[in-house]
Amino acid sequence: MLLSLVTFLPLLGAAALLLLRGDDAASQRNARWIAFLTTLITFAASLLILARFDPADPGFQLVEERPWLLGLTYKVGVDGISVLFVMLTTFLMPLVIASAWDVTTRVREYMIAFLVLETLMIGVFVALDLVLFYLFFEAGLIPMFLIIGIWGGKDRIYAAFKFFLYTFLGSVFMLVAMISMYASAGTTDIVALLAHEFPSEPLRILGITVLGGAQTLLFLGFFLSFAVKLPMWPVHTWLPDAHVQAPTAGSVVLAAILLKMGGYGFLRFSLPMFPVGSEVMGPLVLWLSAIAVVYTSLVALVQTDMKKLIAYSSVAHMGFVTMGIFAANQQGVDGAIFQMLSHGFISGALFLLVGVVYDRTHTREIAAYGGLMNRMPAYGALFLLFTMANVGLPGTSGFVGEFLTLAGAFQVNTWVALIACTGVILSASYALWLYRRVVLGEIVRDSLRTIRDMTWRERAVIAPLAVATIVLGVYPALVTDIIGPSTEALLGQVGAAQAAWSPDAGARLAQN
Amino acid sequence: MTTIILLAPLLGAIVCGFGWRLLGEQAAIWTATGILFLCAVLSWIVFFTLDASQPAQVTLLRWIESGTLVADWSIRLDRLTAIMLVVITSVSALVHLYSVGYMAHDDNFRPGEVYRPRFFAYLSFFTFAMLSLVTADNLLQLFFGWEGVGLASYLLIGFYFRKPSANAAQIKAFVVNRVGDFAFLLGIFALYYLTDSIRLDDIFAQVGTLAATEIAFAWGTFNAAELVAVLLFLGAMGKSAQLFLHTWLPDAMEGPTPVSALIHAATMVTAGVFLVCRMSPLMEVAPHAKTFVIYIGAATAFFAATVGLVQNDIKRVIAYSTCSQLGFMFVAAGAGVYGAAMFHLFTHAFFKAMLFLGAGSVIHAMHHEQDMRHYGGLRRHIPYTFWAMLIGTLAITGVGIPLTYIGFAGFLSKDAVVESAWASGHAPAFWALVVAAAMTAFYSWRLMFLTFFGAPRWAHAPDTRAEEVATARAPAHEGGRAEPHHAAPAHGHHAHGHHTPHESPPVMLAPLAVLALGAVFSGMVWHNSFFGKHEQMAAFFGMPEVHHEAGAEARAGGGTETGLEGLAPPDADPAEAAALAESPAPAAPEDATAHAGEAAPNPLVPPLGGAIAMNAASEAVLDAAHHAPAWVKLSPFLAMLLGTGLAWLLYIRAPHMPARLAETNWPLYRFLLNKWYFDEIYDWVFVRPARAIGRFFWRGGDGAVIDGTINGVAMGAVPTATRWAARIQSGYVFHYAFAMVIGLALLLTWITFTGGAN
Repeated sequence: MLLSLVTFLPLLGAAALLLLRGDDAASQRNARWIAFLTTLITFAASLLILARFDPADPGFQLVEERPWLLGLTYKVGVDGISVLFVMLTTFLMPLVIASAWDVTTRVREYMIAFLVLETLMIGVFVALDLVLFYLFFEAGLIPMFLIIGIWGGKDRIYAAFKFFLYTFLGSVFMLVAMISMYASAGTTDIVALLAHEFPSEPLRILGITVLGGAQTLLFLGFFLSFAVKLPMWPVHTWLPDAHVQAPTAGSVVLAAILLKMGGYGFLRFSLPMFPVGSEVMGPLVLWLSAIAVVYTSLVALVQTDMKKLIAYSSVAHMGFVTMGIFAANQQGVDGAIFQMLSHGFISGALFLLVGVVYDRTHTREIAAYGGLMNRMPAYGALFLLFTMANVGLPGTSGFVGEFLTLAGAFQVNTWVALIACTGVILSASYALWLYRRVVLGEIVRDSLRTIRDMTWRERAVIAPLAVATIVLGVYPALVTDIIGPSTEALLGQVGAAQAAWSPDAGARLAQN
Repeated sequence: MTTIILLAPLLGAIVCGFGWRLLGEQAAIWTATGILFLCAVLSWIVFFTLDASQPAQVTLLRWIESGTLVADWSIRLDRLTAIMLVVITSVSALVHLYSVGYMAHDDNFRPGEVYRPRFFAYLSFFTFAMLSLVTADNLLQLFFGWEGVGLASYLLIGFYFRKPSANAAQIKAFVVNRVGDFAFLLGIFALYYLTDSIRLDDIFAQVGTLAATEIAFAWGTFNAAELVAVLLFLGAMGKSAQLFLHTWLPDAMEGPTPVSALIHAATMVTAGVFLVCRMSPLMEVAPHAKTFVIYIGAATAFFAATVGLVQNDIKRVIAYSTCSQLGFMFVAAGAGVYGAAMFHLFTHAFFKAMLFLGAGSVIHAMHHEQDMRHYGGLRRHIPYTFWAMLIGTLAITGVGIPLTYIGFAGFLSKDAVVESAWASGHAPAFWALVVAAAMTAFYSWRLMFLTFFGAPRWAHAPDTRAEEVATARAPAHEGGRAEPHHAAPAHGHHAHGHHTPHESPPVMLAPLAVLALGAVFSGMVWHNSFFGKHEQMAAFFGMPEVHHEAGAEARAGGGTETGLEGLAPPDADPAEAAALAESPAPAAPEDATAHAGEAAPNPLVPPLGGAIAMNAASEAVLDAAHHAPAWVKLSPFLAMLLGTGLAWLLYIRAPHMPARLAETNWPLYRFLLNKWYFDEIYDWVFVRPARAIGRFFWRGGDGAVIDGTINGVAMGAVPTATRWAARIQSGYVFHYAFAMVIGLALLLTWITFTGGAN
């Protein structure tokens, strides 16, 4: 019951908000408090999940299974890979709600959108049935689409549609893949599908021989959807637009949680269900990842809009994630999961920090800032912390994921590791350049002469993220202890399948 | 005890950074300073009581664990660590104390602005990071310290956060260091891949295997040991500002002067030398990498010295001097005489910190004027500072009694390095160092003469100077100060007139006195420990006493005899010869852990167990260095005399000569003054292209190609749909409906589809 409770608690809160009438200040306040308390209770309940979770067991835990409408099955559960994403979501949502405290347009609807979104996001991470997963995965689009489309900036309609269509087009292919999976395995149970061996004999389609056969095709079907979601180069261009137009809280959710669904999908479906497909397509994904790191870092270097810069930096960091996953070894996958969690804190905090100054000056232009340190020392210090975490300074959580994914990639392909490793130079360049232009120097803009430092509410929202970033950087065992056994089991299975498909697969992996 | 030494500065940093509101500024500052003095005392106790043959190991906390990749927060205590502990905590404690005086007033901050606790917090944090670097027992913690000092350096260079030049310098320092770190990281990955561990002891135990392994890396196949050694050394080049990655160090002088003394002279920049010495077992099996180290070091020593000859900013002269001296250290390390490298590191820390703090005292006296052309005749006004700087200069130029072991610290350690260079058989490196030694003497005395001797150039033209200062500072303080011309009088904070130099307070002079002791005596006291006979060094560094059979031969053949007879430097590098003989056969290329090395014991593999490891070839170099002929031992001394004499001639005897020389040789002068145009070249080769490519990718790639394609295909419908929608209804209601309908329709289709199938 616990997982369902955590999943649907926010929905309950949203339902309560629906009952709320009126749009005066009092009811707005009520809406905020109801939403905030709901997310807080959800977080508290999710702590019970963590307490009951046994990290030593690599299988699914707290599983619930019951018949559902139309002959479908409702099945949820968590393993070492998914449980921390649930925690990330429940941990961040109260902060997201608190960061949206000053929104005054359609507060009730805004809060409902976030609460519904929370249910759907948790649902994605706990679903153990294909249909259920698809429902949560796709439905999540709608509240986010609304958040950007209604509470967003000037070009919100363009951005919202771009967001919607990109992600939606991706999932059409996933839908096709899912249907054929069902046709092949005869079940929609993810646990059963994980054990099912999809055919990997070469196929001939239109005169082209597809190595890895059905597995490769299925892999591609899922790949596009997850690649758009994550996003990977070259289907990343929706992200900067969506971020720029989204309201602060929307950006935070988008960067911190929604993107992680793509990475989670790779880990839950692509790699374990289609190990041969991953083996065939892996090199391509590694290269796309390396390109993503360099390309988007270079693009970030020339941005003039703070949010766009951070959005491009997100794409670069997600490049490390895909690289780690498809390095398909312990360090790579551990690092990828760690990187996703850590990026949740860091990018979330960076978007919140942009929001802090945006609320005061209503511009995201980097050139409109400068010298904030003079009047906002606390802001300057926090911005520095997260800049350094974004740069991957050891001692912050940003380092662990980057280091592990690169260490994993190096064992598979030194070229990819070499190219992606230039990210450590480029990220320092764009992040410090941003910091300099926004925070350092003298104040030259008149609009900044009276700017106020962060309020206590703003500090309280960022503080948990700062603590998480440092604690996980100093003691990452908190995370690696939980994900370790599951990734090990997953990789054992993948390795065995790849070795069975082609006996020299393991050797070739080492050789590259 | 080491745990306290390591963690106490962190506590100090936290107290200063966050606790000053509770404690008050002064209390916070003195707490941090007191903690550092405690650490320094403990470090000396550790240094003297250390049993070098029994390295200690303490695990503090788990850190990164993933599969076989395990790194803990831990402490490794051996002689190398102990040396660094002493250097770091002593200099840091003295710099803390000095800063109490130096930072008491600072015109870069507004009245009432609190900046001192922040400064001390950064200093203490730096000390913590540096200590965690030198106490690391795995490469990852070392890297943590490595980047941590980088962060501290970044923060302190940009301490005057309103100055654009400081902001530019701090980014440059961090990013250039990151270029080195990029290679360092790859080296760590390669080591993990090859040895399945990143713990130092595990790696050292496998160096024999590494030397016999080939690894496919990027475009080619390399010897594993050579590749890793070069990658790690590239990291060291960044941190230690060696040629090609040196450009950040002179700019780092934007930071307050105590920072330059602590970070950019005595400690952080020597981390690269420490790394090479720490990885000595690996370096020993990588003879080509060692040769690379020698030549980079020698080239840097030479290059930086040439630039130092013509700089006018007192701090930049010392910065280039640091760069050059670091080159000396690398030459010794590359020659395999790690003791000499550490020896020079050790003595250099004292006299260079002293020179910087002395320069700080001069700058303080001259109200933050740093241009030596505006100094002159200061020795009567700031006599204590003068004497301190004099001792520092005598130490760096290497004054002593030739062919004995009596002299200032730099005399002994620099000679040890130069002799090692000669003994290594790399004649160009040896000559580069001798020439660099002459130039060292020249620029050091030039600094002394311009600053302390001759006619005062500050008293004659106070007005113009004030104006220059004001205009120079005006851009930095734009908006900050209403009247730039008030800047100069504002400097006269001790009720002096603004053009009268004043001696620094005792709190600044006391550290100078302590460092002077080190600059005078540290060479003589520890010469035998760092660079003595094999037995003395073995006892000091805890190296196992091994009687090499092969080693003795090599020593007899390659080293001692040639050295004793020696007009010609020992020709064939024994290390290289051995490498060729043992040239790694095509060992199973992709099998990293192949134990091919076990078949025939590799003579390059040094005996392990000590803080540094030297194989027979390196021992032979050490021997040859000890028995170097008299002319070799005299050459740095003669070079020093030459440099000193020239400086005297040009700046005391004929003070109009330099200008004329600069005029007649203006292309060379411009070339040197502009630091060989490295900054300009890098700007054109790296910075601008990176931006251009970024812009191209953004506009061309993301905009035209990707969006163009995808929008063309997928989003062609959107504008049409929107326009159509706008006709029906304005507002956004349509948009949600549109989204909802699409979503719902698909979901329902899907549900019925699968439901039906079930």
